[in-house]
Amino acid sequence: MDLGSINPVLLVASIMVSATPILLAAIGEMVVEKAGVLNLGVEGMMITGAVVGFAVAVTSGNPYFGFLAAAAASAVLSLSFGVLTQFLLSNQVATGLGLTLVGLGLSSLIGKPYEGMKAPPISKVHIPGLSDMPVFGKMLFSHDVMIYVSLLLVVAVWAFLKYTRAGLILRAVGESHDSAHALGYKVVTVRLMAIFFGGACAGLGGAYLSLVRVPQWTEGMTAGAGWIALAIVVFASWRAGRVLIGAYLFGGVTVLQLNLQAAGANVPVALLSASPYLITIIVLVFISARGAHGAPGSLGRSFHASH
Amino acid sequence: MLRRTLLASAAVAFGLGGAAFAEEELTAGFIYIGPPGDGGWTYEHDQARQKMEAHFDGRVKTVYQENVPESADAERAITQMALTGADIIFTTSFGYMDPTLAVAEKFPNVKFEHATGYKRADNVTTYSARFYEGRAIQGHIAGKMTKTNKIGYIASIPIPEVIRGINSAYLHAKKVNPDVEFSIIWLYTWFDPAKEADAARALIENGADVVLQHTDSTAPQAAAQEAGGVITFGQASDMGEYAPMPRVSSIIDNWAPYYIERVQAVLDGTWESKDTWDGISTGMVGIGEITDAVPADVKAEALAMKDAIAAGEYHPFTGPINKQDGSVWLAEGEVASDGDLAGLNFYVEGITAEVPN
Repeated sequence: MDLGSINPVLLVASIMVSATPILLAAIGEMVVEKAGVLNLGVEGMMITGAVVGFAVAVTSGNPYFGFLAAAAASAVLSLSFGVLTQFLLSNQVATGLGLTLVGLGLSSLIGKPYEGMKAPPISKVHIPGLSDMPVFGKMLFSHDVMIYVSLLLVVAVWAFLKYTRAGLILRAVGESHDSAHALGYKVVTVRLMAIFFGGACAGLGGAYLSLVRVPQWTEGMTAGAGWIALAIVVFASWRAGRVLIGAYLFGGVTVLQLNLQAAGANVPVALLSASPYLITIIVLVFISARGAHGAPGSLGRSFHASH
Repeated sequence: MLRRTLLASAAVAFGLGGAAFAEEELTAGFIYIGPPGDGGWTYEHDQARQKMEAHFDGRVKTVYQENVPESADAERAITQMALTGADIIFTTSFGYMDPTLAVAEKFPNVKFEHATGYKRADNVTTYSARFYEGRAIQGHIAGKMTKTNKIGYIASIPIPEVIRGINSAYLHAKKVNPDVEFSIIWLYTWFDPAKEADAARALIENGADVVLQHTDSTAPQAAAQEAGGVITFGQASDMGEYAPMPRVSSIIDNWAPYYIERVQAVLDGTWESKDTWDGISTGMVGIGEITDAVPADVKAEALAMKDAIAAGEYHPFTGPINKQDGSVWLAEGEVASDGDLAGLNFYVEGITAEVPN
């Protein structure tokens, strides 16, 4: 066994790339669930973002247009879920699953002409000073801009929920929509905005897959990433910081175990292969074991002002 | 009452729907592990399905279901296909073996064709291709072209077919380059582009400059292209969009002649259970164009090996070959039997990794 072939600088850089799609999708879904809505359509929104982002980036030659279009497309798609569940009071679980199916089908339809094409390269950000540092410069400060956007997004979501009035309202809507309604807050509007945000984030995550992590369009390429994101939100007990830990743990252990295999580590492969799931769950359950960690009180329940 | 009416009208509608397709003599069903757009394994099965349908020009209707997991869900999907009137069902992944047999028992009048498996019944046939013949050629090119002497291998699920491919590639790389080392990553999936790309990247970062894959998507090709200076081979399909670099050649599965032959047999009433295992000689395994990125002499040697295999003059598993533990598997000049190859579950001497259980 010769682990010397693993380069820690490249390893950490790969881990960040691997964790970002799930992180983006999970942080969006966390906001949705904080508002009391359970949207199981993350997989469908991600893959829609992946295909739209790829198509627009290839057509325009600009990957950033791709990311914008992906966020917009998935957000619009998520609004169909919003209209069905918030106005027509359809069952959230069934509608979310339906959204996943629609997304998968729609994406393979849109994606047909783009199979085998190459994504325009996305440039790495050069931060004067930081990027030139030895080791850490290449490890942490020489990535594409979307990695920093995803990290800033986590901080923004955390601050929004914890310190702003709007964040408090969103949480109130999620904890008890009847009380929030009695206080005069527009439950449905708040939830629609949260769903829209969650859709946009899932779209960004999908586009990150097709434009950076793989980078190409292949039918069905999310291959369950959306479900992992959903699971991370639950195991992170609806906390932004823990979502970040969960996504990086999952992405990190995934890449680490591949590197251990490549380096010929003397550990049973079946165990290595299962390790991302095991370690992420164990760690998140452990850090969530103390303190408040309940689901938002109104999660998954339909709201109508007449009740 | 209302519900009963609804059911009755649904039944009528279904009956009419069935009648509308009456001019077709036969329905052929396909169960896919991934989407037809994977650019690899499922893509080729789907291409063959379309060619077969076109060949019979309206006499045969085809149906397929994609993304069927190799779990209890497979049995449900195959049963569903048999219930909706398929006369012959092709189940196109190794993990469908037991589900196919289970469903076949319940539908004795439906013909089943299971790809890459080894369990048969009166109405279950197996078919596969000798991919290891193509792997020998890849191993030769890889051994000649690697500069770091490290060859990465993205393996899917530890079954004999995958292990055969690793052994065949390793033996032929080692033959032309005694210093060559194999790094093998097992993904435990046939199709997951993100994971496949991550695996390719991990291999490249650990020093591999050749990446072989036994997974279904083109993601490793994209990752290799991004890294630069790495060569790959198309898997199951030509993956020609990544030529001339990183993809320098490929193994192409050509199932269409087989599908046409088998469906014809059902139409003729001559279908019977058997085992087919064809290779380069019949064209079931094709070798995609070797690009100019490969030096001319290496290309010539590779093509000569291909011709020798096609002519039956050379078998990729010809002794002396030792097992990983150093014991003799094949003596000098001895050729591996099909039975041995079908159940191959060990690495040959020189591979340092262990076969996962």
